[in-house]
Amino acid sequence: MTVAEEADKFGLHRVGARPTLASYLKQTWERREFIYELAKARVQKQNQQNRLGMIWVVLKPTMNAIMYGVIFGVLQGDSKGPDFPVFVVIGVFLFEFFTSSMNGGAKSITGNQALVQSLSFPRLTLPVAQVTQNLLTLMPMVVVMFIYAMILGTTPKWTWLVIIPLLMIFSVFNMGIALICARITVHIRDFTQILPLITRMLFYTSGVLFSVDRILNHWPWLVRIFDFHPLYQTLQIARAMIMNDATYDPFAWIVVSVWALLALGFGLIYFWKAEELYGRAN
Amino acid sequence: MPISFDDLINPGLHPEYEPAPIFSDDTSFIDVVKPEDIKSSTLTIDETRQPVVMVDNLHVKYQVFSSGKAVGTAGARRLLQPKMRGVRTVHALKGVSFVAYENESIGIIGSNGSGKSTLLRAITGLTPPASGAVYARSRPSLLGVGAALIPDLSGDKNITLGGLALGYNRQEVETMRDEITKFAELEEFIDLPMRTYSSGMAARLKFAIAASKQHDILIVDEALAVGDAKFRKRSEAKIREIRENAGTVFLVSHSMNSIKETCNRCIWIEKGVQKMDGDPDTVIKAYQQHKK
Repeated sequence: MTVAEEADKFGLHRVGARPTLASYLKQTWERREFIYELAKARVQKQNQQNRLGMIWVVLKPTMNAIMYGVIFGVLQGDSKGPDFPVFVVIGVFLFEFFTSSMNGGAKSITGNQALVQSLSFPRLTLPVAQVTQNLLTLMPMVVVMFIYAMILGTTPKWTWLVIIPLLMIFSVFNMGIALICARITVHIRDFTQILPLITRMLFYTSGVLFSVDRILNHWPWLVRIFDFHPLYQTLQIARAMIMNDATYDPFAWIVVSVWALLALGFGLIYFWKAEELYGRAN
Repeated sequence: MPISFDDLINPGLHPEYEPAPIFSDDTSFIDVVKPEDIKSSTLTIDETRQPVVMVDNLHVKYQVFSSGKAVGTAGARRLLQPKMRGVRTVHALKGVSFVAYENESIGIIGSNGSGKSTLLRAITGLTPPASGAVYARSRPSLLGVGAALIPDLSGDKNITLGGLALGYNRQEVETMRDEITKFAELEEFIDLPMRTYSSGMAARLKFAIAASKQHDILIVDEALAVGDAKFRKRSEAKIREIRENAGTVFLVSHSMNSIKETCNRCIWIEKGVQKMDGDPDTVIKAYQQHKK
């Protein structure tokens, strides 16, 4: 008789064995209060020592938007399209959610080594808490985004509410990316070194600061690629819903939903497969 | 033929110097033996008692980057060569096997660096074994919660966070809150950020949160009794209480007296090898003889 069979006879289970995906998700769901509390605590902690405190949550992206808006507004001259300030504010604010999820997700296991090594809980809670934290940070940002839009001359309309389902899809997508990055960093620590580069590259290639149709209209095939770009399409939907006269292709909803489901599905399985590896001390 | 000084310093005449690797290139830890591949049981089980933890031929290996020099050429080489140099494999546990039964208190002794902590981590599942496996009735838990707390938050918020991290739900945390605060003797300071606490106060809070949990299989590390003399007494009493309520306890300690006092079985580990397993008095006597 093998030890495993013998252990089974006495009702013992192998310690540290990876649970099935279903029970893994169930265990994570049972920790939802911990996830929320951890996310909230970290948001509070983030800016506590600063004089302006939580105001930085909106001040930083505002300053980013002003900087990028001025530089790229001047550079693009006449080709920048109508309502350029609102265009940039929406782009920069929503993209911030993606970057912080990707960067934070990448560090969510390696940066919490002590926690991972001292308590046993499904490790999935850590990247999920990270994305929850970023979502909580996004809430005041979205409110401020609408205020800016109104200041910049956009009239409020009912489609503004569509931002809610859009952000839900976007969160799912970001969660998947965070999970993938979390595991990659566990295997290769060097990943965090090139991550800023990847972030910046995506920032300049996701139409955060320019309208693809206007800038790239000499290369129709490139515009075709952007039709399937998850980040660009998310921003396009948001802009069409918020701005006065921006248009979008309803097909974009399918694009972002499929991307979100693919990212989350792959991310979950990819992350779960290595559950026994996290917290390995070496 | 006499060698001139020019020859000596002429690099063309000498092969490039490459130091031999000091550390073992053994990367066999990658080929982890899966527990289902182990065919025969080496454990003898007393069928009359209920086993709670089974440790079967447990090997743990660490992979350690042996020096800080590995950044330059060695770093590039590490990328290109599958066999990693400058990487040392530490064989921390070399085949530990035992069965722990219900209501047993097992003391684990051994000199520094002998693998006691590694064994504890492997039992809790925090360090994956290179081969062999640990089986348990429920997941063994270490008494400790410090890593889940955030120093910038108030003690009160940290109780919530720590309690949830231990697996309680919010209601259970609420019912325990006062008790924890009182045990930690922090009633006046509970609203202050934890970073403003003295080290003793923070340790007391961490202990009070960790000790609130009931365990089936409990692992206690030696340095748990914290704080000043008065609190130390209370925390020792609390540990004893937890120990009595827990099903099975592992206690790591350098204090032979506390092992003798509380354990009814003792395992001695030396350099990763299980030296002795049995009655505490006998094992401790042998251990002390060995140390002389």
